[in-house]
Amino acid sequence: MNELVFFINKGLVSGLIIGSIYALGAIGVTLIFGILRFAHFAHGDMMTLGAFVTLILTAALAALGITLPVPLAFIAMFPAMVITAFIAIGLDRTFYKPLRQAGARPVVLVMASVGVTLMLQGLIRLFAGVRARDMFIEAPKEIFRIPFPGATRPVIVTEPQVLLIGFVVVAVIALHWFLTRSRLGKAMRAVSDNPELARITGINTNHVVWATWIIGGALACAAGTLLSMDVTLKPDLSFNILLPIFAATIVGGIGQPYGAIAGGFLVGFCETLAVFNWSILLRPFRDELWFELPNSMALVPTQYKLMVPFLILIIVLIFRPTGIFRGRVLA
Amino acid sequence: MSEERQYSVMRDVVLFAALGLLILFIFVSQGPVYSLRMMVEAGCYAIIALGLTIQWGYAGLFNVGIMGFIAAGAATSMIVSFPQNADFWNSGGPGLVAMFIVKLAVSGAALWAIYRSERWGIGPKLRALLTAIAIAVAYLVLSEHMAEMSDEIEQASGWMGGLGMPVFVGWIVAGIVAGVIAWLVGKICLGLRADYLAIATLGIAQIIKHFLKNADWLTRGTLTVSPLPWPVQTPADGEFIMARASYLTVVAIAIVIIYLLLQRAYHSPWGRMMRAIRDNENAAASMGKDVNRRRLEIFVLGCILMGFGGAVLIHFASIYDPSGFLDLNHTFLIWVMVILGGSGNNRGAIFGAIFVYIVWVMSEPVALMLFNLIGTYGQAWLGWEPPSDLASRALQMRVFVIGLTITLVLRFAPQGVLPERQARH
Repeated sequence: MNELVFFINKGLVSGLIIGSIYALGAIGVTLIFGILRFAHFAHGDMMTLGAFVTLILTAALAALGITLPVPLAFIAMFPAMVITAFIAIGLDRTFYKPLRQAGARPVVLVMASVGVTLMLQGLIRLFAGVRARDMFIEAPKEIFRIPFPGATRPVIVTEPQVLLIGFVVVAVIALHWFLTRSRLGKAMRAVSDNPELARITGINTNHVVWATWIIGGALACAAGTLLSMDVTLKPDLSFNILLPIFAATIVGGIGQPYGAIAGGFLVGFCETLAVFNWSILLRPFRDELWFELPNSMALVPTQYKLMVPFLILIIVLIFRPTGIFRGRVLA
Repeated sequence: MSEERQYSVMRDVVLFAALGLLILFIFVSQGPVYSLRMMVEAGCYAIIALGLTIQWGYAGLFNVGIMGFIAAGAATSMIVSFPQNADFWNSGGPGLVAMFIVKLAVSGAALWAIYRSERWGIGPKLRALLTAIAIAVAYLVLSEHMAEMSDEIEQASGWMGGLGMPVFVGWIVAGIVAGVIAWLVGKICLGLRADYLAIATLGIAQIIKHFLKNADWLTRGTLTVSPLPWPVQTPADGEFIMARASYLTVVAIAIVIIYLLLQRAYHSPWGRMMRAIRDNENAAASMGKDVNRRRLEIFVLGCILMGFGGAVLIHFASIYDPSGFLDLNHTFLIWVMVILGGSGNNRGAIFGAIFVYIVWVMSEPVALMLFNLIGTYGQAWLGWEPPSDLASRALQMRVFVIGLTITLVLRFAPQGVLPERQARH
């Protein structure tokens, strides 16, 4: 049974964790893509930025000598989400809105977002350096060891992972409620479906744009913070995390938040299961197998992990460019 | 109209004269050895920038994976022109590599046959299923062979070594390989919106770099390969000025040839059609132009130039190091060159490449000096303790400036300093 526990730890739990991070990022990207109609390349650095805002607030809380039953970083994350949302609106007003109003082509906006990502990257590394940091300033992270029946080794889940899963569940329910019940959420869906028609019916496009950036920025901050709580805060996320998030967005269908969630988990699980060493799981059946069990049986070597989201992306673009949930191709 | 034309010719003359003065100043102040090196590198960047300006300026294609095409070109050229490794040729390696190529060709042919199987009455669903099966089988077979091959070669001879061909052959093959990769990417993404191409090129660039860093059997991975051969006399005997001047001549000749060919293409019916597609895709399509095909042509052509330019650049540096390919230096810097110089204008791309590269090279010591100054005065006056990694942080300032330049140019001068000259008929 230890092999099964290993599979749960290395395959299922890590797939679930990284999938949640991708899902949180992809929701923002898909909303921006659907409503503002461009691929937002600065999303990865917005995640890093949000994590740094959280780190600063956490350090401030720790300096005040506050201790809480939950990690300080998790509490500091909520004000940081608000701050990141405002930064996102500020970025939109300074860099994207003037271009939109000048009637620039979407690809020019994509390029502007590349410019913004470089600016954020430069500023973050300028002020914070390039070394990795620990988000747990006040106390080491708690690790839960859950005994598994019939196995000597426990299933291991850490505190930030539990918080992450809880946060994703709450965020998804809140988002669903917001998009289907509230006036603004319905307006967002309308603009995403047909911007001209939405404008004619008197929807205030400005509010919709704000709401998009608030949701995108806040979730990016949460994703960045929770990811760096799980591992460490490193300012080199940007392009490495961008590709899986875009893959998740396109798999799920552009402009489809539920698709983005599904896509995020799909990409996350594919990634971890592709690099998972399957021979460990097969080891108990060693004697019944018709072939010699090799030492390592991963579909993709770990160093080529990045190929997985890329291949998913390519396959979706070839066979179903609209994504699973029938988003727009935006030809 | 003629006034406008004169004005823009004046602008060309003034800007290039100013650039000439800047180069002259650098030659005088920094000495010829240093300046020649900078000019050769700027020239290589100009070739790459020409590749980008036709993609972006002629056809509006957004390529964020320039680094990948440069790296692919550089690695190819290194393999083709580096001296042969006798250990490899005496081991079982060549047979394994040949088998790999055969398997690759068979898988490619099978995929192609499935792709074209419509004519044998195979429906789309069955075709998708067959494609998926073929890809899965091919992947398993090829990856297993690759693992075996790389172990074998690394044990027997360290790495494959080069093919020992002339440098010019290496450069041309570099362009061809970059073009083939571009064809594959373009075939998949060009029918869709421009954003998809951006995402896909971003991905392919990271993957090419990862592959080259890890493929020890093919390129020695991070161990680097040097010295790469030059097409002219190498400066081994201390004749730096002569050697670099002759290399610069080769690069300059290449730029002139490429420039003339591109100008011809721009003013030909083909170039006119490209601009028509860029300016109004629907109108061009309704006139019966095959939009995707034309885009694929220009995407491949641009990437050929990038691969070629990357090969020229890496041979000059004389050391092949896959970790040295950076998004910032090899993708975004080139974007700044093209949009600042003026997209859709070949002279603009050359001007932008040389000017931006000079500024880029000069900005490193300036940034370090500035930050040292801030550190010293901050310490003296405010009692501020500067962080120990101040130097590496100072260089991050350049990342910020590149990003700022992109956003500012897009907003305030979308046409660049040498705008595209619209021909009126």
